[in-house]
Amino acid sequence: MKILRRFCLWAGISFLGLLLAVVPSLARADYSWNFPRPVTPIARDTLEIHNHFMIVITVLFLVVFGIMVYSMLKHRKSVGHQPARFTGPTGTVQWLWALVPFAILLFIDYILMGIPAYHAVLDMEDTRTKADMVLKVTGMQWKWQYEYPESGIKYLSTTSTPRDQITNKEAKGEHYLLEVDNPVVLPVGKKVRVLLTSTDVIHTWWVPQFGVKRDAIPGFLRETWLKIEEPGIYRGQCAELCGKDHGFMPVVVHAVPENEYLAWVDQKKTQLAAAAVGSDKTWSKDELLAAGKDIYAKQCAACHQPEGQGLAPVFPALAGSKIVTGPLLSAEGKLLKDSHVDRVLNGKEGTAMQAFKNTLTDAELAAVITFERNSFGNKKGDLIQPAQIKSLR
Amino acid sequence: MSTAPSIDHGTSHGHHVEPYQGGVLRWLTTTNHKDIGTMYMTFALIMFFVGGAMILAVRAELFQPGLQLMQPEFFNQLIGVHALVMIFAALMPAATGFANWQIPLMIGAPDMALPRINNWGFWLLPPAALLLTLPFILALFGIGDGAVNTGWTLYAPLSVQGGMGVDFAIFSIHILGVSSILGSINIIVTIFNLRAPGMTMMKLPLFAWGWLITAFLLIATIPVLAGAVTMLLTDRHFGTQFFNAAGGGDPILFQHLFWFFGHPEVYILLLPIWGLIPHVVSTFSRKPIYGYKAQVYSFIAIGVLSVIVWAHHFFTAGLPVPALLYFMYSTMFISLPLAVLFFCWVATMWRGAMSFETPMLFAQGFIVLFGMAGLTGLVLADVAADAQYHHSYFVVAHFHYALFAGGIMGVMTGVYYWLPKWTGHMFSETLGKWHFWLTVVSFNLTFMPQFFLGLAGMPRRIPDYALQFVEFNAISTVGAFILGFSQLIFAYNVWKCVKGGTKATDKVWEGTEGLEWNLSSPPPHHSWEVQPVIK
Repeated sequence: MKILRRFCLWAGISFLGLLLAVVPSLARADYSWNFPRPVTPIARDTLEIHNHFMIVITVLFLVVFGIMVYSMLKHRKSVGHQPARFTGPTGTVQWLWALVPFAILLFIDYILMGIPAYHAVLDMEDTRTKADMVLKVTGMQWKWQYEYPESGIKYLSTTSTPRDQITNKEAKGEHYLLEVDNPVVLPVGKKVRVLLTSTDVIHTWWVPQFGVKRDAIPGFLRETWLKIEEPGIYRGQCAELCGKDHGFMPVVVHAVPENEYLAWVDQKKTQLAAAAVGSDKTWSKDELLAAGKDIYAKQCAACHQPEGQGLAPVFPALAGSKIVTGPLLSAEGKLLKDSHVDRVLNGKEGTAMQAFKNTLTDAELAAVITFERNSFGNKKGDLIQPAQIKSLR
Repeated sequence: MSTAPSIDHGTSHGHHVEPYQGGVLRWLTTTNHKDIGTMYMTFALIMFFVGGAMILAVRAELFQPGLQLMQPEFFNQLIGVHALVMIFAALMPAATGFANWQIPLMIGAPDMALPRINNWGFWLLPPAALLLTLPFILALFGIGDGAVNTGWTLYAPLSVQGGMGVDFAIFSIHILGVSSILGSINIIVTIFNLRAPGMTMMKLPLFAWGWLITAFLLIATIPVLAGAVTMLLTDRHFGTQFFNAAGGGDPILFQHLFWFFGHPEVYILLLPIWGLIPHVVSTFSRKPIYGYKAQVYSFIAIGVLSVIVWAHHFFTAGLPVPALLYFMYSTMFISLPLAVLFFCWVATMWRGAMSFETPMLFAQGFIVLFGMAGLTGLVLADVAADAQYHHSYFVVAHFHYALFAGGIMGVMTGVYYWLPKWTGHMFSETLGKWHFWLTVVSFNLTFMPQFFLGLAGMPRRIPDYALQFVEFNAISTVGAFILGFSQLIFAYNVWKCVKGGTKATDKVWEGTEGLEWNLSSPPPHHSWEVQPVIK
């Protein structure tokens, strides 16, 4: 029994020692134990506040539990300590002793922590003052759409981690799960006003190094801002549970000098214009199938699965599906309700199937529809041209 | 506070003891507070292991990056049902079990005031737990798409989109809510009407005070949750648009309603624990409770404050600045009454004559670890810093320090403290100490790394993670398995104690004070047929 007691005592002391060692390291600017290196004014503020906080609560912890441990060692029955009988403070001095800790606590809450927090909150929510540009972020299951309203650029950004890495068939890459096909590109040193919304459920856009985390809520616009101070590639991910692939919805931001940003804008515009031109030309079936295969892999395969077999019972199979193998359009070339084309263009209310006409170009829609009708054992043989999609919008 | 009864205390030794009827029917029909308390505690223990098994599966998946054991859909079901089971089917029934066993003993009442409602309150629980977990089993037979997959918070519109598991969860919550309200009414009526003569409200044991506030909070907030999930149900099936912006609704409305219940729920889980800790600390310090009145007023203050701080659970949802500031400063204010409690616990120990039997060890462990929950909670109240912590593993670590170290370890403190009184036998101190040290060490091994994971930027509720999070996740999983399996020691120790062991004295522990310690161990089937008189 004595050995056990001694063991317990030492285990307790070494545990407290461990705490002593670990907790202050939280407050040190040692980033593997702390927030990632901040690159925006908000992130710097946040880190500073966090570090101060950690020091304050560590001190509080040590003082309170130091007193407790002292008492545990001194006021033991086994060392023959006789219990006192007091049940509350008596006399002015004792009352002072009892009240001072609470005065200190109030000071910590509302002065030491409360005032910096007040300024940080006001700064964080000041999205409108002197914003240089706007980035609109739309969350959707399970990708992000980025829009630059001033430049008319709009595109989707989906994870580019290969499925085989996730299922452990392949070695994981350096940026496993935190890599995308089309990153956001932003200029450094500019105040970017970020508007957020969603098309389906609530998502949260989060890049830890920006100190910015804001919910994207369907039907509402939320806003925040960032001013990236140094060029680099910054990674984050969706932070609000949004369904099946919540864990596979990364955010990647390339921060570049302004001239590079402007060059990128021009290039992106040309690229998107080229894609838009595609909606006027007539595509061959092979062209449509080849383009459709890529789009299917990025936009559709997460739910409907790479071989079109679906994920019962939530995500229906496309292979042999009545909708996919149904008629393409009405005899007059009009949209049929609940047809394949209708589903892809307008989605299905109350499900994860979204209205892809909002996110894909005419050519992309035509390609993916044609691909689905002629793959996974579906042999419709028909095709739809981008120009037809354009007329159906 | 003096609760020493006068000489004519009426234990019913000898005569009037009804013979126990055996069999299932006894348990189905019993209206005895001790039987019902035992059933609550047993149910809680079983569900504790059910919820624990779920999260061990989750931790096993998170041991390494990549998807090894399960698909994300199933992962999402496990995390949500784990939380619902632990909160509604483990912690709350355990607290109600304590109330049933202890409140009549401690206030000198023969039984609970409303015995049949008591019976019903318990027997609603197994069907509710069944509803919650049944979709898992149905899915095995190809019916439906499994259990609720939205996390326990059921945020719309994700929950509007979800499968039939959400409907099961909604009905389960309704039934659990009815059970909680019945239990609360019973406790309030018992405390108000069945106190021994002379036991004024300011002589009421702190445990009863804690539960009294919990009961009022339950009655105030459960209907709001019930309303919210009913609105969700009609949104899902009957075409209403409460949470759909396209129909004029607002998804954030759900978060307001949910957390109006959800934040008080934290204190609902913890107030009974805060009530029992002073009794344990005082017993093993051999010194009366310090600051009885201050603690009572703090309970009341925390109860009131708990219903006006809810929006700190969604600071990132884009609230207006005045709301952010209000919810930040009001949340910080809770640190004040909470600090009073800590102050009183430590002051109760101060200059006592402490000994460290298992219940005292758990109480000390509770105070230190719950202290960390409180301090990190203070940090989380800061809107600016919260933008980083929110939705991350930092929050997960924080609320497990509050609800495992604060909730579960608090329950264990109470079980070890009162078990000899309930069974008439002492449990094994050696096993108890092993249980304590294994629990404390593995608990920290599990959740301490999660603070760092959160700081480094790992969001919660993801089935797979980036490579910079590998080491801490591995440590956390190892800790979780040790933590989970050490609880089997607890179950074994309790079982052994129920079956036999050294005879416990009436006082059980050297420093006990209060009415229940004047009864025999175990107490007679009907505790106080003649009420004791408190002077």
